[in-house]
Amino acid sequence: MSIELIIGILNIVLISTTPLVFAGIGELVTEKSGVLNLGLEGLMLVGAVTGFITLVLTGNYFYSLFLSIISGVILSGIFAFLVLNLMTNQIATGLALTIFGIGLSAMLGKKFAGTPIDGLNPYYFIVISFLLVFSVGYFLSKTKSGLIVRAVGENHNSAYALGYNVIKTRYLTIIFGGVMSSLAGYYISICYAPMWQEGMTAGRGWIALALVVFATWKPWRLLVGAYIFGGVAIMQMNLQAVGVKLPGQFFNMMPYLATIIVLVFISSNKLRLKLSAPSSLNIPFEKNQ
Amino acid sequence: MQSIVEFKNIFKSYPGVIANDNVTFNIKEQSIHAILGENGAGKSTLVKILYGHVKPDSGEILINSDLAIINSPSTAKNLGINMVFQHFSLFESLTVAENLILGMNENIPLNKLKDKSKTICDKYGFNLNLNSPISSLSVGQRQSVEIVRSLLNNPKILIMDEPTSVLTPDEISKLFKIIKNLVKDGLTVIFISHKLEEIINLSDYVTIMRNGKVVSTISTQNEDPETLGYKMLGYKVPKAKQVSEINFSQEIFSIKNLSTQSKDPFTINLNKIDLNLKKGQIFGIAGVAGNGQKELMEILLNENDYEFSGDIFFKDLNINNLSTFQRKSLSISYVTEERLGHSAVPEMSLSENIFLSMNHKNEFKKGDFINFEKINSFASDVIKNFNVDTPSYNVKAGKLSGGNLQKFIIGREIMSNPELLILSQPTWGIDAGSEAFIKKTIVELSQKGVSIIIISHDLDELLEVCHKISVLYEGSLSNPLSVENINITKLGKYMGGLFD
Repeated sequence: MSIELIIGILNIVLISTTPLVFAGIGELVTEKSGVLNLGLEGLMLVGAVTGFITLVLTGNYFYSLFLSIISGVILSGIFAFLVLNLMTNQIATGLALTIFGIGLSAMLGKKFAGTPIDGLNPYYFIVISFLLVFSVGYFLSKTKSGLIVRAVGENHNSAYALGYNVIKTRYLTIIFGGVMSSLAGYYISICYAPMWQEGMTAGRGWIALALVVFATWKPWRLLVGAYIFGGVAIMQMNLQAVGVKLPGQFFNMMPYLATIIVLVFISSNKLRLKLSAPSSLNIPFEKNQ
Repeated sequence: MQSIVEFKNIFKSYPGVIANDNVTFNIKEQSIHAILGENGAGKSTLVKILYGHVKPDSGEILINSDLAIINSPSTAKNLGINMVFQHFSLFESLTVAENLILGMNENIPLNKLKDKSKTICDKYGFNLNLNSPISSLSVGQRQSVEIVRSLLNNPKILIMDEPTSVLTPDEISKLFKIIKNLVKDGLTVIFISHKLEEIINLSDYVTIMRNGKVVSTISTQNEDPETLGYKMLGYKVPKAKQVSEINFSQEIFSIKNLSTQSKDPFTINLNKIDLNLKKGQIFGIAGVAGNGQKELMEILLNENDYEFSGDIFFKDLNINNLSTFQRKSLSISYVTEERLGHSAVPEMSLSENIFLSMNHKNEFKKGDFINFEKINSFASDVIKNFNVDTPSYNVKAGKLSGGNLQKFIIGREIMSNPELLILSQPTWGIDAGSEAFIKKTIVELSQKGVSIIIISHDLDELLEVCHKISVLYEGSLSNPLSVENINITKLGKYMGGLFD
């Protein structure tokens, strides 16, 4: 293999993995506060289509980014209201959010499928994604606000008893996660593949969810994990280029297969999972009356 | 001295119960004020209202003669009110330092926190390592963290909810010294307990509550445990007296060299446990919570294939690998610590709960169908024989009060004619009447030749009913002490881990 080929591969890995980093780091913060949001896929799709449509209609990158973020705030805000105030089941609500997002994005984007646009340079976002992972790591381990987020996810009753606002903390982390997912979607439809196509996130939201578990809720591991997943995902084209003769479907399957294998591997060590998972994850918080 | 807290007509009701019924009394500044009452008398609800954790339906609280509206724990903290909880509000996976920072109102850097907590630790004799995670601490150390955490905010009023229930006698006397020093330095302490002697030793005043109402607020000076107990209950409780040890010969149950090696830091590893139980004997396993009781019960029940080495024998039969149902079929019965959710399913009726625990018995089945006639009559027998206060066997288990449900569960297990009965915390959190009834039942049962193991944190209860007591400390079991002519000092040492 030549040097150019290797650099080419690394470049593609970098470009294709960034959405996983965005969505994953957002979900990591949400889960650290004790909420499981399975709606990433839906949030990403709505973020992608909102940004795309705005760009087509206004031609303004700033507006498109802004509205994409707003879509994440609104959708994750609704999710937060349902699971925090109405105390609906987090898993069911997250799944509903994904299904809703898939449908809504398909409907909104129907007229715009195939419209050509000028994409943004992905490298800005790649740099931002690295900065984000490091700032989230710093925030969670070094700041008092980060400590509060961890405390709320560890034991919400104790956190409340100490005078912290559990609901407010979780609203903020859910919305942060929602915005990160929208950014991931925006990146896909504006930078990675500048176009709109129904269901174009292709399951990346689910992979991001698996990544958080894979990383045992540690930001730097999430970054490493994302690049391993990303590497597997683009192996397809490169191995074919080198001349490995396997059906294309096999390679398409690889990232999902890798996800399943990694999850089985991780959950086989129950102790490790128990020690690193936030103890209040997926448990609704009810105030004493 | 002037009043620092005044409760005025505090009223709080939950569906079906009045927790606080027009509670009115004052707490004097710089005093130790105890609140005494049975489980369910409304003590905890009242202090939770003061701490802003629970909202009262009506009534007022005055702090330093000013009306205070306390609608959340953070408002309480701003008023100088802090609380040490009965079930600790610590974060297990975080370090001591992180837990302390979380408890503080101001945002201070780590090195300043170290200085400040060191001053408090030195002054009152706490010993804390700021960098260890909570999960590695003993129960007594955890309580020290809780207390230091509340003191860091320079509170004026400190509420302590049953602080001694998890401590050894030594730790209790240390804690009392600390509390008295704190009060000298200007603090007011509100102390909740149902232990009469503690209240007389420690507090200046006591408010006695019964069924949500204040019976009276008095100085503890002229009281002794008996007079105070009568005021708390409104009647005298008969004591179950164990008859002296007789010719126990036939061995029923034994544990030989039982150890576990779990890598989970949240569990305690058992260490070479040996135990012999004779026919008709009551064997108590004492010790502060969190010293391996949960793990030992887990192995005795065998619901989750808990891994261990060593052997367990029931009448010369090795039962190591027998499932819970197989063990039950051998006439071993269990009463677990958690009444709702483990011993009984709250959403199911009493009859259904009977069937769930006895479905290894064929008499309750017709082929694969449930024989409800038989179960219902069995359930009515339990209700009748064990004084369970319930309109019928169709009532859902979750609707019964703690004491009644416990009588029902123990009755159910006893009526399955066990030869060995294993009980975990049999009288935890239930009213005094039911407690006395259960103790009496246990003693009578042993006189009929049933062997009984009781795992309990309540030393008084064990001393009252058992023949022999061993202490469990960090997974090791002490040699058994005879309850007749028992040496209480020695028992206290055992509870602190000082075995012979």
